[in-house]
Amino acid sequence: MKLLPLAAAAIVVGSTVALAQGDVPAAVKARQGQMQIQSHAISILGGMARGNMEYDAELASQAAQDLRAVSMLSVDLLWPEGTSTEEVQGTRALPAIWSDWEGFLDDWEAFNAAVDAVEAAAPNGLEALQPAIGTLGQSCGACHDDFRQSN
Amino acid sequence: MRAVPLIGAVLVIGAAAGFWLTGARGLGAEAQAAIAAAPGDAEAGRLVFHAAGCASCHTAEGAEWSETPVLSGGQTFATEFGTFRAPNVSMHPEAGIGGWTLAQFADAVQAGVSPEGTHYYPAFPYGAYRLATPQDVADLWAFWQGLPASEAESLPHDLRFPFSIRRGVGVWKLAALPESWFSETPGGDPAAARGQYLAEALAHCGECHSPRDALGGIDRGAWLEGAPNPSGSGNIPGITRDQLGWSADEIANYLNDGFTPEFDSAGGHMARVVLNLSRLPAEDREAIAAYLMQVE
Ligand code: HEC
Ligand code: HEC
Ligand code: HEC
Repeated sequence: MKLLPLAAAAIVVGSTVALAQGDVPAAVKARQGQMQIQSHAISILGGMARGNMEYDAELASQAAQDLRAVSMLSVDLLWPEGTSTEEVQGTRALPAIWSDWEGFLDDWEAFNAAVDAVEAAAPNGLEALQPAIGTLGQSCGACHDDFRQSN
Repeated sequence: MRAVPLIGAVLVIGAAAGFWLTGARGLGAEAQAAIAAAPGDAEAGRLVFHAAGCASCHTAEGAEWSETPVLSGGQTFATEFGTFRAPNVSMHPEAGIGGWTLAQFADAVQAGVSPEGTHYYPAFPYGAYRLATPQDVADLWAFWQGLPASEAESLPHDLRFPFSIRRGVGVWKLAALPESWFSETPGGDPAAARGQYLAEALAHCGECHSPRDALGGIDRGAWLEGAPNPSGSGNIPGITRDQLGWSADEIANYLNDGFTPEFDSAGGHMARVVLNLSRLPAEDREAIAAYLMQVE
């Protein structure tokens, strides 16, 4: 039975070596994909709020539903321990996420509340949409402020 | 950070040699007279307050954004010199600055000198605020009178020798503060000139976005060209016209809603800057954008 810890050690060492060589863990790719979908939805909602794009209730509601959908992804699965900037390549997720997990969850909660408001406002005209997008942007910023490394 | 031993040596030698030169003197009589003569308007001061971002540093860690925040201090700033802690600057008469005069406030904010006659560290960006108009300083103090008081005790900094000696800051001031503006004033366009004022004197963009020279002063030759992040890993991006490659509209919008042209959302301390600037009139954000379009 002495072999087991050794094998475990080999796997651990092996995986850190592999990561050090630049493999981006699947969870990192997946969560970055989630963020990209958020950005895409906001390019439509924010484009309307900024007045660069004509307001369209149907389109705004679809974009809000996309935000709703990605907001339901599992935080535990996408943000596993051991995937911070200090441990793997290709991520900007700061170690603070795991040292202040409660704070990170709070920021997700604020984001979800902002998505609720956007979803409710989306079909109700530009005037309703604009302030909801402002609050949503602040909820993205609040989390990026504490938990995402600047380039 | 190669520069540290050099700065350290210069500070020690300079502080010893130039004892008179490095003494802490407040604003001149003329500047103080102009501030005293300006009628303070609290509503105008509210905008100065947001543009200057005083709340970003002087609220407690994690405090909610507010129009009239509790400036209890407590935020920490890790730098290569040690850790700075923002003090309580609320209206509390003992724990804060509620007992100060306008002249003492102006000496602190524009000359980096305390009522006791000692230097403040440039972690407090008076190097930018020294460029503010007398009117804006008087307005800011008028606004301050309506801010809440907090009893929270200010915490000491935790600095390495020789940076723990305040006298050394006198050398820094002589070496690192230019006589006037950091960048050239844009000619012709009044909006861009207003933008320069907002960016340099109040919003202190250069404190984060410009690299520093060997003495810890802002490298004016590389104004807004980006810098390593002083409080940890990563870099603060360059925001000159060519580095950014954004339109004036895109810049003004980013300063309002925090979204880049690709609809990524601003992070780092920029998120707080955006939160503050979003309270200004749209013309002010457009002015900053007009100014950035002229920074090469
Ligand atoms: C609760 C925290 C949190 C919230 C809320 C949040 N983000 Fe992020 N975001 C992050 C973190 C952490 C990263 C870095 C992820 C990584 O590199 O592993 C990131 C990365 C990104 C990226 C870069 C993705 C890539 O391909 O590298 C974009 C774009 C982005 N976020 C947009 C947004 C937008 C838009 C919103 C709001 C609608 C938002 N984020 C809300 C934490 C958050
Ligand atoms: C307290 C430090 C700080 C101050 C002051 C500051 N910035 Fe920033 N800025 C940052 C950081 C950090 C980023 C990177 C944001 C991120 O990680 O998403 C940034 C990003 C930006 C960007 C986006 C650059 C890009 O390529 O995405 C622009 C534009 C910008 N800042 C303009 C300004 C202007 C104009 C001012 C003054 C009015 C200013 N900043 C003041 C720290 C600061
Ligand atoms: C980048 C962070 C930062 C910003 C922005 C900032 N401060 Fe400060 N401030 C500090 C730090 C750090 C100190 C402590 C300096 C020292 O001890 O030498 C300080 C000290 C002060 C003091 C002296 C307090 C005392 O008890 O002696 C006053 C007054 C003050 N700040 C007012 C302001 C005002 C007004 C603004 C906006 C116009 C402002 N600060 C913006 C960081 C900041």
